[in-house]
Amino acid sequence: MNSFSLADCSTVEAALSQLKNGAVVKAGGVDLLDRMKNGTDTPDRLVNIRNIRELRGVQATPDGLTLGALTTLAEIADHPTIRAQYTILSDACGRAATPHIRNVATIGGNVLQELQCWYFRSAEFQCIRKGKDQCFAFSGLNQFHAIMDYGGCPSVAPSSGAVALLALNATIELTSAAKGKRTVAIKDFYVQPDANPHRFNVKADDELLTAIHIPKTAPGTRSAYQKYGEKESHDWAIADAGILLEMDGEVCRRAVVTMGAASPVVRRSTEAEAVLTGKPITRDTARAAGQASMTGAMPLSMNGYKVQLFPTAIYRTILLAAGQMERDPSAAG
Amino acid sequence: MPGHQPPHKELPEASSTPVNKGITRRGFLKGAGITAAGTALLDGVHGLQQEAHGATTRDVKEYGPEAFPVTLNINGTERALHVEPRTTLAEALRIGLGMTGTKISCDRGVCSSCTVWLDKMPVNSCMTLAVDAIGHHVTTIEGLSNDSEVHPVQAAFVRHDAMQCGFCTPGMVMSCAALIERNPHPTEVDVRVAISGNLCRCGTYPKVFAATLDAAGQHASKA
Repeated sequence: MNSFSLADCSTVEAALSQLKNGAVVKAGGVDLLDRMKNGTDTPDRLVNIRNIRELRGVQATPDGLTLGALTTLAEIADHPTIRAQYTILSDACGRAATPHIRNVATIGGNVLQELQCWYFRSAEFQCIRKGKDQCFAFSGLNQFHAIMDYGGCPSVAPSSGAVALLALNATIELTSAAKGKRTVAIKDFYVQPDANPHRFNVKADDELLTAIHIPKTAPGTRSAYQKYGEKESHDWAIADAGILLEMDGEVCRRAVVTMGAASPVVRRSTEAEAVLTGKPITRDTARAAGQASMTGAMPLSMNGYKVQLFPTAIYRTILLAAGQMERDPSAAG
Repeated sequence: MPGHQPPHKELPEASSTPVNKGITRRGFLKGAGITAAGTALLDGVHGLQQEAHGATTRDVKEYGPEAFPVTLNINGTERALHVEPRTTLAEALRIGLGMTGTKISCDRGVCSSCTVWLDKMPVNSCMTLAVDAIGHHVTTIEGLSNDSEVHPVQAAFVRHDAMQCGFCTPGMVMSCAALIERNPHPTEVDVRVAISGNLCRCGTYPKVFAATLDAAGQHASKA
């Protein structure tokens, strides 16, 4: 790692005053230190927000839940209200990375992780994300890369938390010294590579992600998340499936199907959702929804297997959410 | 995509392998007095050329970029040493304090061989900055047992021969002991989850499961 100075801040106000001259925010530090050790990121100055108490914890509000940005993945995974009413989120946070990383990694940091691509994360490769004009993944090793919506960069969205937060219609609260607070719906938070290859999200450099708000779920909501990886434990997803079903008796009134590790930005499958809406959840409708999720898939030279994997992941996770199938023993984590 | 990354840079010097004639690089550095404090002298010169960012105030503590003195609570003892902001807790332990029980293997939070407890919570010391341990209690493998008896998990690892090359063992023991401290009656699934970040290239997992469950029994019978 390069040498740097560090400003350890104890209040949001103090941290905001430090966000200038290229200073980079550190919370749990897992993703940032990984990139710094790789040599892709070499900040001269870090602003440590890890000890800001006001950014910690889960609060029930009249409208739903507020997650302080520094709430750890382990705290979310173990939170009784989240486990009962926002199961998709505790499922996702409880299966990210490893137990030791979940003990320090924050939900804010999880959402803000930079994308996964081994070329992007290596200092040896200068690609379109780093201001050059080539992508090494299209003609190189791309077995873990995107199969949909990738435009000029088939990297994959790294955040399992975002797969759940997108299904829950979360909003991201951003705070800056100059403009105060603003909120952005998570569906508008990430930037598609072709819109701007140099930005992954809409957070400005002088903004701090301070909270995530999650609206109350409708009565009859059931949800689940499953992650599939090369290994049973502790690996990046090769497919994540997030399912939220609003049930009206036997009939699914509204369905949300979200996918991670399919595209550079975590995505909903409106095609899969349309298959489920207004119908009972059965093995047949779940299977059809899984198949529909692959509409528009364009696998690369080495990741055609994902086109088989996603329909199965989505099928099994729909049935898990509906209470018709146990958690998949072959899923990761 | 851990496990899928192109080869990364060399590990820190402290984990270099022994060279011939019985002199290790680590031993040489220790003998020459070039530890974290030595690096501080070198970086101090560089530090003079840097523009000062600001003074420590009530809400902002300034550190670095040059090395500075800190006191860390390691295994219940206040230990004084010099670190830089970039010094990881694993490096502070191994290089700064010579406590080499904590291993550095992947140096990316992927293998958990560097597991220590931060306030009883298992964390990867390679992905924790030493400054983030200030004001917390750090427990390492050296602090798990007292002078008269080893921790039940350590004893069970010996009984079950739950190690082969041994490089992952300190981290494994710290993860399993943390589990038993917070859940005295774990199931095998609990053990599997607790060590799901600990990689053992020799594949000794079944014996680790057996040892930890056995240790829990011993633990429970004592209570």
